[in-house]
Amino acid sequence: MNDKKVFWKRKPLIKNRLLRIGLILLISTYLLSVFLTTEIDWQRILEGIPRGKNFIFAFFPPDFITRSDEILAGIFESLWMTIVATIVGILISIPVSLGAAKNIAPKFVYFLSRGVITLSRSFQEVILAIFFVKLMGFGPFAGMVTLSLSTIGFFAKLLSEDIEDINKSQAEAIKSTGSSWFQWVNYGVQPQVMPRFIGLSLYRLDINFRESAVIGIVGGGGIGSTLNTAFDRYEFETAAAVLIVIISIVMIVEYTSSHLRKLIK
Amino acid sequence: MPIIKQKDYKTWKKFDRKRDLQNWLCWFLGTLIFSFCFGLISSKTIWFYVFDSHNEALDLLGRMFPPETNYFLTLIKPIWDTLNIATIGTTIGTLIAIPLAFLSANNTTPSKKFLRPLALFCIVSSRSINSVIWALLLVAVVGPGVLAGIIAIGLRSIGFCGKLLYEAIEEIDENQIEAIEATGANKAQIMTFGIVPQILPAFTSISIYRWDINIREATVVGLVGAGGIGIELDAQIGDLAWAKVSVILLAIVVAVVFSEWITAKIRRFIL
Repeated sequence: MNDKKVFWKRKPLIKNRLLRIGLILLISTYLLSVFLTTEIDWQRILEGIPRGKNFIFAFFPPDFITRSDEILAGIFESLWMTIVATIVGILISIPVSLGAAKNIAPKFVYFLSRGVITLSRSFQEVILAIFFVKLMGFGPFAGMVTLSLSTIGFFAKLLSEDIEDINKSQAEAIKSTGSSWFQWVNYGVQPQVMPRFIGLSLYRLDINFRESAVIGIVGGGGIGSTLNTAFDRYEFETAAAVLIVIISIVMIVEYTSSHLRKLIK
Repeated sequence: MPIIKQKDYKTWKKFDRKRDLQNWLCWFLGTLIFSFCFGLISSKTIWFYVFDSHNEALDLLGRMFPPETNYFLTLIKPIWDTLNIATIGTTIGTLIAIPLAFLSANNTTPSKKFLRPLALFCIVSSRSINSVIWALLLVAVVGPGVLAGIIAIGLRSIGFCGKLLYEAIEEIDENQIEAIEATGANKAQIMTFGIVPQILPAFTSISIYRWDINIREATVVGLVGAGGIGIELDAQIGDLAWAKVSVILLAIVVAVVFSEWITAKIRRFIL
């Protein structure tokens, strides 16, 4: 009789044993160094817990009524900002994304467009907003410029990746008919990236609305300004109402945009 | 694709007349909405400042150059803090996102009526509140500092990772689960041997992607006092020390490009 039982063991995720142990060591040293270099004031946190509780309770019940005019005005301003910024941003991103696609653009244009994209992606909307508010004054215009510029980085990057993935033979078929460059882009490239284009636009619309809630904090107009004013006045009930409104609008936008995307597909 | 007969030759058009009309109508409506919205914005804008902005920009650039390079040494600690906020925040966020994703995926949720909407609500509310707003709330609770930033980034990451992860769970191959089930595996075993291996690649790429985003986000949570390089940025802008601000901006660009390079490397290595 064979008494030996046969067991099966799952293969480890990383086959090389040395690498596995090395990674674990590396991660634990990192965590330790983070722990040692971060000053966490436990005293302040313990003090903060009851304060935080009060703070959170100050949000209840949310007060939609007292400042309903300002909330409504803020939301509509955010909406206008979002719509205009998305459209302007997309219009600028189209040439940039054509330039940033390896299979279309010459080397020089390619690097230039990639540079524009990287620059636009490096800075968070809030940092851009600080500068544009300084340059153009308070209000929704600065916010709109900020959102349009940050749309470029996102939109052009993803669209150019899609353009690089197009079916070459279709594009070549158009070229072989003797089309001009514009005709080639319009009939050979554009139809292939259109579904992605619409999906991305809807997605960016959604993101821009969410971002418009923060750039208001640094003076870029929209619902963020309302939120900031509410915080400054210590009217936490109103702030809670603003947050709830933001969440529900984002939810609605998300459901409709995912629905629309399915419809288009 | 209709072919139109002119007098003596045939020509081709992309769309027929109805589709042309529809397209035209869409463009018309779009332009109408755009100009309406732009009108509302412009009514709240002081155009003098906008038209003057190039002078202002030149002035600002003049103040920013040359950057005060030796200021960079004091920036090393804030940059380290920023990296930590992003990394630890991402870790916390993904760890919380995993159970939420399992609760909200249609095929793994234990109760469709109660737990799924609850988990979805958590995901959406985490997604819809920006990390700066989270930081604003948390600075009041745990005090200014790195910890508030970590928690803010973590809370914000939950929604993003949770959403992408539950979509990945919903797209898994059911046959593999059935195969595991057929061996007599219990629920936990199905989870570890049937589902987890299938979503592991998605999970890694999602967390790396989120880490990349979080580096950017971690640069701004400091603006409201939650640690990292944003605190320096806020202080120097407040001091109008533009030569130092330009150093900070350069540091941010370098950090972001560096993180993008690392994520590309890791992704190529793993996937």
